[in-house]
Amino acid sequence: MSSARLFFVGGLLSYRALFGWLSPWILIPTYVVAPIFQILLFVYIGRSAGVQSDEFYVIGNALQYAAIPCVFAMTNTIAGERDQNTLGAVLATPAKRIPLFLGRSLPVIVNGFFVASFAFIVGGALVGISVPGSAVPGIALVILVTAFACTGLGLTTAAVGLLARDTATLANIVFGILLVFTGANVALSDLPGWMSTIAQGLPLTHGIEAARRLADGASFASVGGLIAAEALVGLLWGLVGYSTIRVLEWQSRIHATLERA
Amino acid sequence: MRRTARLLGMGWLFHVKMLTRSSFNGVLGIVYPLFFATVAFFMYRAGSPDALFYASLGASVMGVWAATSTAAGAALQRERWHGTLELLVAAPAHFALVLLPVTIAMATIGLYSMVSTLVWGRLLFGIHIHVEHWLLFCLSVPATVVAIGMLGFLLAVSFVRYRTAWALGNLLEYPVWLICGFLVPLTFFPDWVRPISWALAPTWGMQAIRQSAQGGTPIPDLLVCVGLGLLYTTIGVVVVDRFLRAARARAVLSLT
Repeated sequence: MSSARLFFVGGLLSYRALFGWLSPWILIPTYVVAPIFQILLFVYIGRSAGVQSDEFYVIGNALQYAAIPCVFAMTNTIAGERDQNTLGAVLATPAKRIPLFLGRSLPVIVNGFFVASFAFIVGGALVGISVPGSAVPGIALVILVTAFACTGLGLTTAAVGLLARDTATLANIVFGILLVFTGANVALSDLPGWMSTIAQGLPLTHGIEAARRLADGASFASVGGLIAAEALVGLLWGLVGYSTIRVLEWQSRIHATLERA
Repeated sequence: MRRTARLLGMGWLFHVKMLTRSSFNGVLGIVYPLFFATVAFFMYRAGSPDALFYASLGASVMGVWAATSTAAGAALQRERWHGTLELLVAAPAHFALVLLPVTIAMATIGLYSMVSTLVWGRLLFGIHIHVEHWLLFCLSVPATVVAIGMLGFLLAVSFVRYRTAWALGNLLEYPVWLICGFLVPLTFFPDWVRPISWALAPTWGMQAIRQSAQGGTPIPDLLVCVGLGLLYTTIGVVVVDRFLRAARARAVLSLT
């Protein structure tokens, strides 16, 4: 019971406390307007370059933008604690670590889902793409799984936050890598082989592909494998992140380096 | 006049040095636009390989704006955090002379990104940059950088009342990339977008750089770019005077 309470209440409280993102002055530019302009940017580059359809870029960028709330927010859950001088107190508690850290990921996933969904709906409406109504529930599920996968990667970058102080730079670089590698704007077949191989192990790649196929009329069953692969990638990154946090927490106790990063 | 020039010059040098020591402004300022440039290069290579030269020049200037928009939006807030805003405002020099070199220094940092993007395009995508008029090209680049810095100055003073000005500055990154013709010709946009593009100095700076590289007539574009930059500065100085008067009258400079 206490683990469940820690998971839900602790996660929500830490999210609200560590981010000032309830302020509309940050939320609206970052989560509402910026993804729309990212979609428009790549739609117009695509039109100018004469590659792919508008739908390709709307789906790719709407889902890719889930990386902003998911990766940045998870990364800041560690760095934010350090900034507030509460990281030592958090890690000194006897609370179980799985609900402690995973609880922080739940509101992040929900947030990422809404940001990507909003970008998909509004970006699609602005550009004028049409998606079959039957595909909408499937795409919604894909967005949710993609947000989960990005949050898993975010947990890994959060772990790096125990070693490095400048997590904002790190999160931006991760965002850029996802932009280039995952097929959000460039079909995997147009990328060099080594890049498309790396993409298979990154969040977003399988989710974007699944969403595009659903929008093109594929059945949900036919993309089940892609959705499962996206979930698996997220789970693996989450495990890597959680394990790294535990190892670094242990190291920081031994060497007294928690606040030194 | 000499003292003013010295203040501007020393302020610019001081802030360039400071910004180069920041990983966020230094490393990320180079790497982040490279991600977008890489995507654009892949897209143009797949669809219109002939336009790669066009895309390379545009992508290189994107970094100058990227280095300016978010940082300029947050310029005054940063002084607040450092506790130096009151000191700078109280200094005998006009506050605009203190702030203008800050935003021009931010745009100058974008030159790293500009060079690295051109080298990136050459090494990884084989994009050769042929410059027909080197002298005009060498005039167009710094003029564009300074004009973008002046636009940053206007942003900085316009967002002075907002604690979260960085988010507003960040918000303007994509729109300017989009409508200033860095990667997409203006003819692709609806007619109502073009007057907005024309009011932005980076549009003209970008055209001047392209014209000088391709052997066209960059001087008219260059003059409009510089003229708009001076207009931004003039408006910015008026805004600075108004906000300082209001801040002194209401004691709200620190926004606490």
